Amino acid sequence: MADIDLARSSVRDLNAALHRLGMDTNETRWRVRNPRGQHSVAVGLEAPVTVEIDGHVGYYCAGMNKDATVIVNGNAGQGVAENMMSGKVWVKGDASQAAGATGCGGLLVIDGNASARCGISMKGIDIVVKGDVGHLSAFMAQAGNLVVLGDAGEALGDSIYEARLFVRGKAHGLGADCVEKPMEDRHKAELRRLLDAAGLGREVDAGQFRRYGSARRLYHFHIDHAGSY
Amino acid sequence: MTPPDEDRWIHTPPRKSATFDDAAIAEIRRAAASGIYDIRGGGAKRRLPHFDDLLFLGASISRYPLEGYRERCATDVTIGARFAKKPITLKIPITIAGMSFGSLSARAKEALGRGASAVGTSTTTGDGGMTAEERAHSSLLVYQLLPSRYGMNPDDLRRADAIEIVVGQGAKPGGGGMLLGQKISRRVAEMRVLPEGIDQRSACRHPDWTGPDDLEIKIGELREITDWQKPIYIKVGASRPYYDTALAVKAGADAVVLDGMQGGTAATQEVFIEHVGIPTLAAIPPAVQALQELGMHRKVQLIVSGGIRTGADVAKALALGADAVSIGTAALVALGDNDPHLEEEYRALGTTAGAYDDWHEGRDPAGITTQDPVLSMRLDPVAAGRKLANYLSVLTLEAQAIARACGKSHLHNLEPEDLAALTVEAAAMARVPLVGTDWIPGRGRE
Ligand SMILES: Cc1cc2nc3c(=O)[nH]c(=O)nc-3n(C[C@H](O)[C@H](O)[C@H](O)COP(=O)(O)O)c2cc1C
Repeated sequence: MADIDLARSSVRDLNAALHRLGMDTNETRWRVRNPRGQHSVAVGLEAPVTVEIDGHVGYYCAGMNKDATVIVNGNAGQGVAENMMSGKVWVKGDASQAAGATGCGGLLVIDGNASARCGISMKGIDIVVKGDVGHLSAFMAQAGNLVVLGDAGEALGDSIYEARLFVRGKAHGLGADCVEKPMEDRHKAELRRLLDAAGLGREVDAGQFRRYGSARRLYHFHIDHAGSY
Repeated sequence: MTPPDEDRWIHTPPRKSATFDDAAIAEIRRAAASGIYDIRGGGAKRRLPHFDDLLFLGASISRYPLEGYRERCATDVTIGARFAKKPITLKIPITIAGMSFGSLSARAKEALGRGASAVGTSTTTGDGGMTAEERAHSSLLVYQLLPSRYGMNPDDLRRADAIEIVVGQGAKPGGGGMLLGQKISRRVAEMRVLPEGIDQRSACRHPDWTGPDDLEIKIGELREITDWQKPIYIKVGASRPYYDTALAVKAGADAVVLDGMQGGTAATQEVFIEHVGIPTLAAIPPAVQALQELGMHRKVQLIVSGGIRTGADVAKALALGADAVSIGTAALVALGDNDPHLEEEYRALGTTAGAYDDWHEGRDPAGITTQDPVLSMRLDPVAAGRKLANYLSVLTLEAQAIARACGKSHLHNLEPEDLAALTVEAAAMARVPLVGTDWIPGRGRE
């Protein structure tokens, strides 16, 4: 296993080494120590490797990730896994604002809470937050799934497009054009798949969640909805 | 008894109000009938202080000109040498501004790429991602990172020659984009991950950073993802150019793109276009001042856009301190937009050639601002690209003619000292003397 100590090497060295890996690399396991809240740790990866980071990271950890698995044994700063394309990012602690922002694919799991704007403008990513999410989460969310085991802050799903939101706790207010929708069997099956992928066993019951999505009233400019724009 | 021919002196002729003029009254009626603001493309249409209000002084006894056509007047500009491992060099200081695939057809994007590449300059993607056509036909392609992040992905980021973080646009500083349903074709929808045919609003604020300190970290991330190879530009709409330029420099930009209020847009509220932001002319000097104070003039390149039409405009922008300019509207006109030979079709749309600005409706008879497969076939990307290349060459030749007349062996040697202003307003904004005087309003005499 490759072992990188960020107290001795720079984030630049780490990312450069990770970017050099080809799709068929044998160096598939990486451990990163002493991140000490530095920004842009393990960004722009595009090889199927696993990078495990021991400690807290700053902004944009695992940004634009493709294919790699990035595990943060700590908390993550703003924009963790932003614009992720594929692969998996797993934060064992809490995540700051804009976790998974504009993500296009892959799975982001946050064991703790996520702050405001979790899943903002998400475009296909799946996000599972085991704690709560802050206000304006899933703002303008276009596609993908956001699963929240705890509560959701104010204005959940404001101006949402086609993303699906599943919340087990309380949603403290829905944003413009976001409405509760019926939980049908296919939604439960989809939710079950996401919970399984996040390593949540049968102790979490898909039946306890409510589903939210777009009322699609803002899809066309209309005088009677002017107040919502 | 009053003689009959004296009657007309008794009645005053009808007089229209300067305040409630035809346009104002028509807009009130339109608003009352529709209940929704007017959306259109293009830039501010009202008269504004502009490059037309400046003149070059030319050589005289105290300074001599260069021989036209014989003595060299260089035009190249390198962008991004501050931090990027691979700065880009343009043969001419005129670039094609970001215009989205979505607002423009794929063939129009191709034509822009062909025209720009033929003369050694760059094109720019837009709100909607990078198309294969424009990448293939643009030898230098700048990839925009916008608030919406439509189509954003790390592969295209690496495929790009430079990255432009869009904070704002001159037509709508503080506003997000819109693309109406008529133009959200299947391909556009797929690239943006949106349902086909909806009226799309794009965000006005970036989703994962707010403020200059975050921006610095964001730039750091983009540099890390691309291994510090690409120049990174920051584009701002002109509103507070002094502070925005200083903050962009502080955040680590390689270049600043400054877009004045005349700058075109694909679709925005008319009220936004005409009333938010400041004119290009007024925006340049404060931006240059910020660069100079930070010791960064010519190190962080300043690219100016908004209402550039002629080589004289190019030369004036450069003389005020810009390193390059960028064009949107003029490039579309060069491709064939608003061409009088389509007058009948413009009439059918309730407009006239030269005034057509309902680009958001996707019914462009010239086949440029549309996603309609039949209309877009009207544009031949090879022929249109050729016209754009011609136009860009003319702009360059014109700017060189002026620079030589001012005795400059490089366009970048043009300076404010070569200029005078025709109006007091322009003199104050451009910070050059009013013609025939040594008066720069707002400057105390030394
Ligand atoms: C059709 C059209 C589409 C545009 N799309 C974008 C865009 O996607 N992103 C952007 O930053 N600016 C966009 N702009 C603004 C241009 O990049 C540029 O700032 C402006 O056109 C410059 O002013 P000019 O039109 O007077 O040359 C667009 C402009 C036009 C005319």
